[in-house]
Amino acid sequence: MSSETVHMQPRFQPGDRVTIDTRPVLGHCRTPWYLRGKSGVVTEIQGAFRDPERLAYHRPGLPSQVLYKVRFAQTDIWPSYSGHPADQLEADIYEPWLLPRA
Amino acid sequence: MASHDHDHGHDHDDHGHDHHHDPHAPQKDHDSGPADPHEVLERAVRELLIEKGILTANEINAQIDLMDSRSPALGAKVVARAWTDPAFKERLLKDTRAALAELGIDIGTLAEFRTVENTPETHNVIVCTLCSCYPKLLLGIPPSWYKSTAYRSRVVVDPRGVLDEFGVEVPEDVEVRVHDSTADLRYIVLPMRPPGTEGWTERRLASIVTRDTMIGTAIPKIAEKKAARAAAGGKAS
Repeated sequence: MSSETVHMQPRFQPGDRVTIDTRPVLGHCRTPWYLRGKSGVVTEIQGAFRDPERLAYHRPGLPSQVLYKVRFAQTDIWPSYSGHPADQLEADIYEPWLLPRA
Repeated sequence: MASHDHDHGHDHDDHGHDHHHDPHAPQKDHDSGPADPHEVLERAVRELLIEKGILTANEINAQIDLMDSRSPALGAKVVARAWTDPAFKERLLKDTRAALAELGIDIGTLAEFRTVENTPETHNVIVCTLCSCYPKLLLGIPPSWYKSTAYRSRVVVDPRGVLDEFGVEVPEDVEVRVHDSTADLRYIVLPMRPPGTEGWTERRLASIVTRDTMIGTAIPKIAEKKAARAAAGGKAS
């Protein structure tokens, strides 16, 4: 799936602090469970892509969803993280899964 | 086409490769024994696509040939260019698709690509925790461990432990950054050029860029003899 022109106004900008939604979901979804409820920072707007949650069921996946790169501190994901405190994890998360965080 | 280049074994990864192997090696006879359910499903879907005129057999074969032509050598060529041409490296990090096109590599339309750079401050490692998304168009078929539950689950929670098992010891003051390929982007690691390779040609540089160095589970190394020679200022025999 190639990137498409971002025709909608992205709700978040690089630097914004966000929390991943914890709503239940049935079926195909590309937001990993281990990141739900975790907070991170948007580092990049990756473009707009067809919605995988609809594409998986043979729908066109439109409107496209804005995709963000979100950076998490490992210590925020895993309370018992044993590596270095500066270690990070990045994942690409679709806009409907991001909640603004003060 | 599927929206992700997952590797669930339904996308020809395990089929149709025999023509590239040693013709004298003993080969598995794919016609022996009953077809497994995935083979039956693949054949049924393929035949329907052809019958309905959506795809031709030639198009399917061309796609298999394209996948077969991709190997880590392609990625290594890109890395070696980035090591020797700082302007190219900058373009690669900024717009991987366009930079690859300069080298005649068309990454197609299935996914976007990003290059993440290892530096003295940051070591990157790639995973797909949801399935097994992998930069196939640059690295070819993924190794089986990349698709294993053990790697996919452990590298996000204990990356340093997993890297240590791969023989990569990341110093305490270097940040480990895990990239979970959760969506439409594929990642490739640009490893650091090792010391002792000054003046090497691109081709020679590419020879030390292995598949795992571009996943982040290895560090490019020059052979120990060469390293010893380099350390001894070229005097050792």
